[in-house]
Amino acid sequence: MAERDTTENIFPRNPKKSYALMELVKGQGFQTRKQPEDTVFVWPHLLYIELIAAVTFLAGLLWVCTFKHAPLEDMASADTTPNPMKAPWYFLGLQELLVFFDPWLAGMVLPVLMIVGLMAIPYLDVNPKGVGYWAWRERPFAIWTFNFGFLLWWIFIIIGVFFRGLDWAWYWPWDDWSQHKVASSATLNDMNVILQGWGMGAAGADWATYVLTILYFVVFLALPAVLWRGFSKQLGAVRYIIVWGLFAAMMLSPLKVFLRLAFNIKYFMVTPWFKL
Amino acid sequence: MIDRLVKYVRDSQVWQSIFRHGYPDTDRNQSLVMFSSVLLHLHPVKIRRSALKFRYTMCLGGLSAFMFLLLTFTGIFLMFYYVPDTRAAYGNIKDITSNVFMGGLMRDLHKWSAEAMVFLVWAHMFRVFMTGAYKAPRELNWVVGCILLTATLLLSWTGYLLPWDQLALWAITVGTKMAEATPFIGYAGPWGQQLGFRVDNDIRFLLIGGTVVGQNALLRFYVLHCVALPVIITLGMVVHFWRIRKDGFSGPL
Repeated sequence: MAERDTTENIFPRNPKKSYALMELVKGQGFQTRKQPEDTVFVWPHLLYIELIAAVTFLAGLLWVCTFKHAPLEDMASADTTPNPMKAPWYFLGLQELLVFFDPWLAGMVLPVLMIVGLMAIPYLDVNPKGVGYWAWRERPFAIWTFNFGFLLWWIFIIIGVFFRGLDWAWYWPWDDWSQHKVASSATLNDMNVILQGWGMGAAGADWATYVLTILYFVVFLALPAVLWRGFSKQLGAVRYIIVWGLFAAMMLSPLKVFLRLAFNIKYFMVTPWFKL
Repeated sequence: MIDRLVKYVRDSQVWQSIFRHGYPDTDRNQSLVMFSSVLLHLHPVKIRRSALKFRYTMCLGGLSAFMFLLLTFTGIFLMFYYVPDTRAAYGNIKDITSNVFMGGLMRDLHKWSAEAMVFLVWAHMFRVFMTGAYKAPRELNWVVGCILLTATLLLSWTGYLLPWDQLALWAITVGTKMAEATPFIGYAGPWGQQLGFRVDNDIRFLLIGGTVVGQNALLRFYVLHCVALPVIITLGMVVHFWRIRKDGFSGPL
């Protein structure tokens, strides 16, 4: 609240002087070297919000506790193996990946890539726009890529929680979950075996799968540079390779799901040491 | 009479040493309360009015921290009644649910707030991403956040074993199966055996202290769950909150 009259009274402006008292302001506290700003005290404004949020959430949890109790099954026994064995729900996405990948990929390499990839995000995203508000249009690539990965994670979790029953087979909610599913008649093949069926020699088929796998990554690393010149320039070489390498790794999951469902392919590359 | 008593208490040395200023209903006291309280000073004294908007943060980070406090509280309660011994653990849990006063509620609350924390931390990450709050100068805080996310998952997972029921044993068996498939340092992973790793000396053996999930695994998970990981999360949170204050809140202007 500016006090024009008081200011004039105390220090009348004099056009001959190069200095003057600019403004007296009424208030309980004081601020210096600050632009006028629309701020409020944390006590009570923010603290009330935090308190209300905490109390409401706690009330919700207590309400859940009245009808849903923490599960406790029979005592642990190495003699009886449950079927299916399920990890906690937040890791069921990884367990679901086990259907499509070998354990070293599903359980180790992919999760590590996820965490490292997440950590790298701020250093890979060169777009300065969209800070401080819910932004969609200004950063389409970042938003689409992140949400695609996030959605994949949740889809795999939902499948693991609600659609996997005995022997990790697919069960619909209306199926009888106590009956084993008849094993699918379709047999899964590896890519190199399929190629051999097409008349390739064993070694040739192996090499063809290696080339195909390398080609997969080459396409992901080469195509964006051709399609999005400006964006690629912006990223620079190092960021570009990391971004599209991680992107290719992320796309391995939907790719393997697709190959499995559409062509009954189990592995698209088999080496003496590992399978992919 | 009562007024004089109140005044006497308020002027006493004890009261003055605890409450350094009057009730925070003036600008001066509202500032002092933030400076003089170690917990409140995680906050700034003043914030932009627009930063109060619920739909920007949806309180997800704050609620995650609140879940951690609630879990610490209920967790300490449970620790009084729990022995990490494969012969005793399951019975302890049974006792907690049926014989200990408030035990069932404390265990339920511990369980559901743990699940809520996992969900809230993910949701918080999603919010921070969608609002671009990880961009410069807040890159490092995003990294710290990712570490906290990982620690939250591990904390929840190590707690999963402690009831020592069928659910616990086999969920952890599935999880640690993954560890043995680690490339190079797991005996079932690529190049593991070539490098000399066996079932009794690889990374999974280190994690569970044996070739199967047993007494050693229970003790290790107990120590990780009750000491190691909470310490890591606490340190992570200290840095996380500190960096918010140093880098500034990302919210709308």
